[in-house]
Amino acid sequence: MKKTGAEILWECLVREGVEVAFGYPGGAIMPVHDAMLNYPVHHVLTRHEQGAAHMADGYARASGKVGVALATSGPGATNLVTGIATAMMDSSPIVCITGQVPAHLIGGDAFQETDVTGITLPITKHNYLITRADEVAQVVREAFHIARSGRPGPVLIDFCKNAQIEETEFVYPEKIALPGYRPPTHAPVADLEKAVELIEQAERPVILAGHGVLMSGAMKELQMLAVKTQTPVAMTLLGLGAIPASHELSLGMMGMHGEAYANNAIQNADLLIALGMRFDDRVTGNLRTYAPRARKIHVEIDPSEVHKNVKVDVPLIGDLKTVLIDLIPMLDEYEHESWLGQIAEWKQESAERSIMAWPDDGRLYTAHAIRALWEATDGNSIVATGVGQHQMWAAQYYTFEHPYRLITSGGAGTMGFGLPAAIGAWFAHQDKEVWLIDGDGSFQMTQAELSTAVQEGANVKIAIMNNQFLGMVRQWQEFFFDKRYAATPLTGPDFVKIADAHGIPARRITEPDQVFDAIAFAQKTTGPVVLEFRVEKEEAVYPMVPSGADLDDMIRRPVRQ
Amino acid sequence: MQHTLFALVENKPGVLNRVASLFRRRNFNIESLNVGRTESPDVSRMTIVMEGNEVDVSIVEANLYKLVNVIDVQDVTNQPAVTRDLALIKVRAKPEQRSEIANLVSIFRAKIVDVAPETVIVEITGTEDKIESLLELLRPLGIEEMVRTGQVAMMRGTGSGERRVPSAGSNGNGKSALNSPPSASSETAN
Repeated sequence: MKKTGAEILWECLVREGVEVAFGYPGGAIMPVHDAMLNYPVHHVLTRHEQGAAHMADGYARASGKVGVALATSGPGATNLVTGIATAMMDSSPIVCITGQVPAHLIGGDAFQETDVTGITLPITKHNYLITRADEVAQVVREAFHIARSGRPGPVLIDFCKNAQIEETEFVYPEKIALPGYRPPTHAPVADLEKAVELIEQAERPVILAGHGVLMSGAMKELQMLAVKTQTPVAMTLLGLGAIPASHELSLGMMGMHGEAYANNAIQNADLLIALGMRFDDRVTGNLRTYAPRARKIHVEIDPSEVHKNVKVDVPLIGDLKTVLIDLIPMLDEYEHESWLGQIAEWKQESAERSIMAWPDDGRLYTAHAIRALWEATDGNSIVATGVGQHQMWAAQYYTFEHPYRLITSGGAGTMGFGLPAAIGAWFAHQDKEVWLIDGDGSFQMTQAELSTAVQEGANVKIAIMNNQFLGMVRQWQEFFFDKRYAATPLTGPDFVKIADAHGIPARRITEPDQVFDAIAFAQKTTGPVVLEFRVEKEEAVYPMVPSGADLDDMIRRPVRQ
Repeated sequence: MQHTLFALVENKPGVLNRVASLFRRRNFNIESLNVGRTESPDVSRMTIVMEGNEVDVSIVEANLYKLVNVIDVQDVTNQPAVTRDLALIKVRAKPEQRSEIANLVSIFRAKIVDVAPETVIVEITGTEDKIESLLELLRPLGIEEMVRTGQVAMMRGTGSGERRVPSAGSNGNGKSALNSPPSASSETAN
């Protein structure tokens, strides 16, 4: 049966299981939006294309499905760029579809023409330019396969307007022919044997669990490995939830703002078992002094990550879950009592220093507000964040028991990610509580999406930690720039009035004893709610490994008398 | 040391750009890159000459495989392979110097493909060494212009070059040479 290119696009999207798409219309994508009305896909109109990309990303991270974003050519497409780069750095599966000028005008600087496949080449896993309607079905099929398989990532389809309008015979391609695309599955047995040998010899092992654990769905296998070999597990920011925070072998988060005992454990380990993580500079600190006595096993689906930052002894290239299923039966049970005892001592020292041990001094601290939120939601909410201090406090004090609950921009560190990502996550899980923990700086970057939340009735609870500073930069200025606060004091709007202008119920919290009431108010109210927490202005996130310092060279929270 | 790799890639628009962009983005230093057609209309072949150690080459190979359009990458360095480079060299030559040039050219089994009143063009095919040697001898006469294709390479017989990335290669028979760095490297090499 003959269909237009735009209709074929929707035929294929529906077959890929797409139920919701986030986008913004415009001249070069109009036939696509027009054809959409005949298909059972809900379109969310964002207020800026960046919001569409982040929503698709948030949806993908919360659901495990591919998120879809739509934009027109030129500025519509370039506005997606930050969102695509964010998804690329965090291996998030999204498919972005951009309108493009008709094929015969390409290269002629037509109105709203931009070289979008050129611009997005280094920030996509793969991209396509469709110039004819008969290419659509094959391209869309491949794009979804590439986005979600192997190491997931963003795929962009630039869709010429003539190809949207042209009619062609629609045949759904049953097969995909990608001769160069073969994501690895099993690791070679010889490599597994080498890994077994290192694990057998280890006395002070540590598992480093990254985003790959969640991506591969290997939470159960991770726990089996940890328990069987009595190996403690430190997590990256994006790996949080890989093992429950309350698990006796959990070390919480590692890295720049990781737990001191996690970083100490890594620096004193004699074996690191890295699972689906890429030794980012934010988790290693100084590479020259990183885990100096440890041999390293690296389980990774992307061979280009092996030896990239840290030279490892045994790479296991394959799908993490598959590799662990192969590896675990090859291992005996081990005990590491004295090692775990040493770590327990470090843990005790950290607990005594923690801000959680502080008595109420009448001041409102972000950390305490986040912990209150954790208690009020039974630690069960989906939590999206912006980027900065509030993000690190959310990672530290909203201790995650489950995977896929923290939706945060790790690799790219994209401020403004939070609100659109939270809306996207809500579309994935309308049955779950969704909270956005944001900073006043991050929130203002994509604040316009409040209208989207209202239009969609998105049940997203927004907690703005307002310290009237770009707090993380201010903290660096405090520590490393002589407290010269250049460009960081931030005059915000009245967030309660902003909410009010959108018809969103809101409260301002200035005292610690208002916190639980306000959270309960938000939970009782259906639809979006804004809570503005007027928090301590000059608090710092501890511990902190200064950029480029040794991982155990941490600035610790001063002990309170 | 110098490594010569070849990559089989899908013959689609923009693939050369993807490979070149990858080299730029990852800061890989490439000595030469040659692209051409193959026996199959769907497949193009790139020959890449690069400087680096085993780990550097394995990182380049692994990154090439990240490109969806790259089908196979093999390293033919230290393997039984034929490598060739073609050069056109325009040499300043008065009529009385032509016979001297003709002599040199015949020793190297090269060819004179153009004769003009003031210049001749020499065409030579061979390994890099051979071309460098002829250039050395022609330089005193005055080289006006030169163009080289960059190396192309092919394995002799039915063998294949070294594949460093596990599960790589069209039949997935790659061995895991990413293991190459010895364990001692973990304390020093990074």
